[in-house]
Amino acid sequence: MADSAPTRIHDPEIDADTGADGTRTVRVSGAWDIRALESRARTLASELARFAARDAWDLTGIERLDHVGALLLWRAWERKRPERLRLEPAQELFFENLAHAEGGELAVPRWSLLDPLAALGRRVIGVWGHLLRIIRLAGQVALDGAWVVANPSRGPWRELSATIRRAGAQALPVTALVGFLIGIVLSYLSAEQLRTFGAGIYVINIVGIGIIRELGPVLAAILVAGRSGSAITAQLGVMRVTEELDALRVMGIPAGIRLILPKVVGLAIAVPLLVVWTDAIALIGAMLAARLELDISFTLFMQTLPVAVPTSNLWLGLVKGAVFGALIALTACHFGLRIRPNTESLGAGTTQSVVAAITIVLIVDSMFAIAFSHIGLELRG
Amino acid sequence: MAPTRPAPGRATAGKPATRAPRTPERPVIAVKGLWTEFDGHVVHRGLDMEVDAGEILALVGGSGSGKTTLLRQMVGLERPSRGSVEVFGFNLRQAPTAIRAKIRKRWGVLFQEGALYSALPVYDNLALPLRELRAFDEDFIRDLVLLKLDMVDIERRHADRMPSELSGGMVKRVALARALVLEPELLFLDEPTAGLDPDRSESFVTLLASLRERLELTVVMVTHDLDTLVSLADRVAVLFMGELITMGTVPEVVRVDHPFIHNFFGGERGQRALSVLGPVALAGN
Repeated sequence: MADSAPTRIHDPEIDADTGADGTRTVRVSGAWDIRALESRARTLASELARFAARDAWDLTGIERLDHVGALLLWRAWERKRPERLRLEPAQELFFENLAHAEGGELAVPRWSLLDPLAALGRRVIGVWGHLLRIIRLAGQVALDGAWVVANPSRGPWRELSATIRRAGAQALPVTALVGFLIGIVLSYLSAEQLRTFGAGIYVINIVGIGIIRELGPVLAAILVAGRSGSAITAQLGVMRVTEELDALRVMGIPAGIRLILPKVVGLAIAVPLLVVWTDAIALIGAMLAARLELDISFTLFMQTLPVAVPTSNLWLGLVKGAVFGALIALTACHFGLRIRPNTESLGAGTTQSVVAAITIVLIVDSMFAIAFSHIGLELRG
Repeated sequence: MAPTRPAPGRATAGKPATRAPRTPERPVIAVKGLWTEFDGHVVHRGLDMEVDAGEILALVGGSGSGKTTLLRQMVGLERPSRGSVEVFGFNLRQAPTAIRAKIRKRWGVLFQEGALYSALPVYDNLALPLRELRAFDEDFIRDLVLLKLDMVDIERRHADRMPSELSGGMVKRVALARALVLEPELLFLDEPTAGLDPDRSESFVTLLASLRERLELTVVMVTHDLDTLVSLADRVAVLFMGELITMGTVPEVVRVDHPFIHNFFGGERGQRALSVLGPVALAGN
């Protein structure tokens, strides 16, 4: 760079002449530091490649030298000092440093054809490991819970109420919005189909069962997994990285009871409450759409709903909500406790946690669907 | 003026003193009438100071006296409320973007906790700024990275470690190597020896001294460590309650009659560190 400051420093230059005895002398001059070389390193490297260590080298014309410039020359000399070399004593140290740094090899990762297979195996074992650890964590939480039941005065009540507030109360607006929209969509779609058969009134059955039994719990759980699951993972992850978890342990404060138990219990309480709320708002949306599309009045909808949807569906939805909440919290805590101290791990762990939580929710939901297929689905109306 | 320096780590054939001086840009840093306030709390009350080319300046002061803030203002991370900080003759806050980019390549910063990129292994921590220049080929960068690691005595087999797998002393050394990777003329060190055990801290001081002598660096460092101070600093600037009490060589500073200086250098620890300097006139105390 032609420096902005007024200087007498010249651009890097290379000159060569052949003396009477046939030896070639290479004269290097100008500024050979990173700022001068930044724009010309490649050109100069190829120019230098014309010469070799067996030539005579004169570096006394160099006005500025640093390791970058020295390295350019060093590489031209095939990584050894030329025998005929003239230089200022002060330039010596750069080449000393370079000579000192020679030798030794970097660990090079080796590749093999079996790598993809090994990676697949590692993944499977990894998933299995996660599963085992989550189960172990659940056991720990159960033991901690039993301890709190025995010592209620020392329970993490403050943390519990904080979790319910954060994961439950503060999630009310978003679950309401999503529930309302899904209610409208579901109602509209079924109305279109049912009208073709002149069976418009059955929209209440479809929407009622669909929302109370299935969509309410799953929607609430997915939103909570995204909102609170990620937050729990990040919180525990950072606490682990900054050794806060260790600090708790050495102070004799059990991290499981203070941090994990209130999250699991808190979500198991908050999610069913959110399910009721989401159900209610989604049904309002469905009611609105049914009135606009099928002319079913609010009164008729309200009167038919309890008849069309057995109460067992509501209970099933609540139980599912509680189970989903506990599972989300367990998964989130599990991934949070496995964050390694670097920024990438925090990001990846949080993502994994949310994806795993949602997957687990859906798997467990399908188990519920199969296990309780005979309950609450008898045709009425 | 400079106190006795520990011998450089490796045998030196060159005489650093005979090196052709770089373009004289005195002072390298000029702080003029600097005021800093955070939410009504005054950190600096009109600081004036200059850092000369080639010197090692130590900033000392009680905790909360605004040393780190001053350092951060010098590198343009924080804005002074009033007054200016000029580096290489430019006010960073007003200089055009192109100039600022050039200036930023001329200094290196060693943060207190190292600030290594935690998602990158040691090797890439050093290679990143070089790759960012887009001037060098990957094998050239490799040579430069290995050279810098060698200069701070990090073995090659540690190059693929993640920062979280390094010990405290290694983090500092890698961070120093990263600060040196763009061949800076100016080096900022925030508590370079804090958190190191005495042994490691001493070898870090030796390393810095030899690098400084060899590379003609200008260094600004914040430190609490008297041994580091005495063995490295050419001049010391003492901050107290947002003001610059005094600035000078260690013997000069020690003679200043001020409660903070008495405290800082006066204790048994201080006396032990100062004893390296020989019979300094401590009569004032």
